[in-house]
Amino acid sequence: MSDRILGGLGLLLAVFFIWQATLIKESFISDPVGPKTFPIIIGVLVGLSSLAIFLKPDDEPEWPEFGRLFEVGLTIAVMIAYAYALPTAGFVVSTAVASAYLSWRLGTPPIKAALAGIVIAIGIYVVFHLILGLSLARGPWGF
Amino acid sequence: MDTLTALAHGFSIALTFQNLGLALIGCFLGTIIGALPGLGPSNGVAILIPLAFTLGLPATPALILLTSVYYGAMYGGRISSILLNIPGDEPALMTTLDGYPMAKKGMAGEALALSGIASFVGAFFATWGLVFLAPQLVKVALLFGPAEYFALFALAFATLGGIASRNQAKAALAAGLGLGIAMIGVDGQTGVPRFSFGEVHLYDGIDFLVAIVGLFALSEVFIFLEHRGTTKATGDASGIKLGRLTPPWSMIKQTAPTMARSTVLGFIAGVLPGAGASLGSFISYSVEKRLVDKHNTFGTGDPRGVAAPEAGNNAAAGGALVPMLALGVPGSGTTAVLLAMLLALNITPGPLLFTNNPDVVWGLIAALFIGNVMLLVMNIPMVSLFVRVLLVPPRYLMPAVAMISFVGIYGISGSTFDLMVMVGFGVLGWLLRKLDVPLVPVILGVLLGNQMEANMRRAMTISDGDWSALVSSPLAIGLWAFAFFGFILPIIGGRFFRSKLPRTDSEADPD
Repeated sequence: MSDRILGGLGLLLAVFFIWQATLIKESFISDPVGPKTFPIIIGVLVGLSSLAIFLKPDDEPEWPEFGRLFEVGLTIAVMIAYAYALPTAGFVVSTAVASAYLSWRLGTPPIKAALAGIVIAIGIYVVFHLILGLSLARGPWGF
Repeated sequence: MDTLTALAHGFSIALTFQNLGLALIGCFLGTIIGALPGLGPSNGVAILIPLAFTLGLPATPALILLTSVYYGAMYGGRISSILLNIPGDEPALMTTLDGYPMAKKGMAGEALALSGIASFVGAFFATWGLVFLAPQLVKVALLFGPAEYFALFALAFATLGGIASRNQAKAALAAGLGLGIAMIGVDGQTGVPRFSFGEVHLYDGIDFLVAIVGLFALSEVFIFLEHRGTTKATGDASGIKLGRLTPPWSMIKQTAPTMARSTVLGFIAGVLPGAGASLGSFISYSVEKRLVDKHNTFGTGDPRGVAAPEAGNNAAAGGALVPMLALGVPGSGTTAVLLAMLLALNITPGPLLFTNNPDVVWGLIAALFIGNVMLLVMNIPMVSLFVRVLLVPPRYLMPAVAMISFVGIYGISGSTFDLMVMVGFGVLGWLLRKLDVPLVPVILGVLLGNQMEANMRRAMTISDGDWSALVSSPLAIGLWAFAFFGFILPIIGGRFFRSKLPRTDSEADPD
C-alpha cells in the first residue's frame, strides 16, 4: 500500500512538474533546446518510474505505530520552532532547549536531559564559536 | 615518471604543519564517526562540510580534512562491528559476520588489530591504484565533449541504481527527484527563473549542502527516534575483554593472500560507477568464502573473514575516489558528498582538475598516504580509546549531531529559510528510507543536475538542435550502451548482489 501511495504521489508530482515546466517563460536569448526541455525529460522519468512503483509495489515497510509517528511529528515541529527561535532567542538558549527535548525523547530522564541540553549547547558554543570562531546566532544577550 | 614527480610535489604540499594537523584531526574524528552506530562516512562528512566551509579553509586543507574523515570512518566502522555486533556503518556490515564471533571467543583484540592491518593494506594499495589509474582516466576524459559528458552522467545514474538498490524503479525515481530539485532556480543559460514560484529564496536554487545534511544527517535522528527503546540502536561493549592487541604472526601470514585478493576486488568495485565500499566488502567476503572456506569456518570467527571485508571496503574507498577526481562523477555516496565539497569551493572536478589544480589533487593524494599511516597507528595501539567513545549512548549523541548540523547550515547562510529546507529534507530522507528508496541518486541528481543539463544543451547548440548529436561518436554510443545494460541487467538478471544482503534501516549511509 505504501508503495502505491508513493507511486501515486510521484505521478502527481510528475504531472505538476511538467505542467510547471511548460509555464517557464522563454527569454529572448535562447539556445536550440531552451530551458523547458530538460525539466520535461525529468518529469517523464519521474512519471514512468512512479508508474512502475505503482504497478509493482514492494513489500510493505515497517511503519512505526501511531504514537511514534506523532512523536516524530512533534520533533519536526520542535526543529522548525528552533529554526525560528534562533535569531530571536540566540544560539545557546534555543539550542539548550531543543537538544534537551531531543535527548529527553530519545529516552533520557528529564533532569539529565535538561543537563545534557545545556552541556551540548555550551559545548558547541565553546568549540565552534570561541575556539573556531564560527558566527552563531546572537540573541538579545549576545550569545 | 611524471606521476611520481607530481606525487613528490604533493607530499611537499601535504607536509605542512597545518595540513598534517588537519589530517590527524580528520583521522581521529573519522574513526569515531565510523565507530559510532548511526554515524557513517557520508553523514559524517556531510555534517563537517558546512563547518569546513564556514571556517574558511582553502580547498586543499579542507579536502585533506574531509578525506581523512572518509578514510578514518572506513577504519572505525569495524570497531563496533567486532565488539557489539552492530555495524558502525554499512560497509562494516560484513565484518560483523566473523568479527563478532572472534570477539566472543575472547579474541577481540586480535580481531581489531588484524582488521586494522587489513584496512591499512586495502587503503594503502588502493591509494597507489588511485595514483596510477586516475591520470590514465584523465587522458580518456580529455576526449570527452558535451555529448559524451551527458552520456557519462546518464551512465552514473543508471548504474548507481543498478547496483545499489533493490528496485530499479525506485532508484530511477530517486534520481529524478534529485534532478528535479536541481532545476529549481534561475536557469544558467537564459536567465529565466524556473520552479521558484515567485519565492526570492528559491532564485538561487536549493543549496546542495542543505539537501545533503538534511537527507543524510537529520533523517538519522528521526530513525533513532523511531527505534527508541528497542535494542537496535544500543549495545554494550563493557563486557568484552580486548585481550592482546597484536595478532600472532601466523594469523597475518594466513590472511595475507586474502587481503591481497580482497584489495584488488575492493578497488575494482570502488572504481566502477555506482558501487561503493559496501559492495567492495560484500564481494570480497563472498569471493573469499567461496575460495578458501574449505572447512566452513567462515561465520564462526575465521580471521580471514575479518580481513577480507575490511581490506575490501578500504580499497573500495580509495577506488571510489578515482572517478570522482578524474571524471567529476562520484562512484559512491561519500564521494558524492566530497564532490559537493569541491563544488562548494568552486573547484570543478574532472580532467581539468589535474591540469588546473594539481596542488589540490596531489596534495590530497599525499595526505591520504600520510593519513593512512596515522590511522594504522591510531587504530592498533590506541583502539581502546575509541572503544570508550562507543559507550556514549545515542540519546546524548544524536541531539548533538542534530545541533551540529543546524550550526553548520546556519553558519553558511544565517538564514532561517535554509534551516526550514533542511528540516524538510530530513523528513523527506526519513520517508524515502522507510520506503526503501535509495538516497544517493537523489544527492547525485541535486549535485549533477545543472551540469548534466548544461552539457546536453551545449551539445545541442553545437549541433544546432539535432538530437542525433547525442549519439554520434563511438565513445558516446559506448557510454549509452553501458548505461542501458547497467540499468537493465539487474532487472532481468535478478537481484544478484543486493538480495543477499540483509535489509537494514540504516542504509542511508551507503558508504
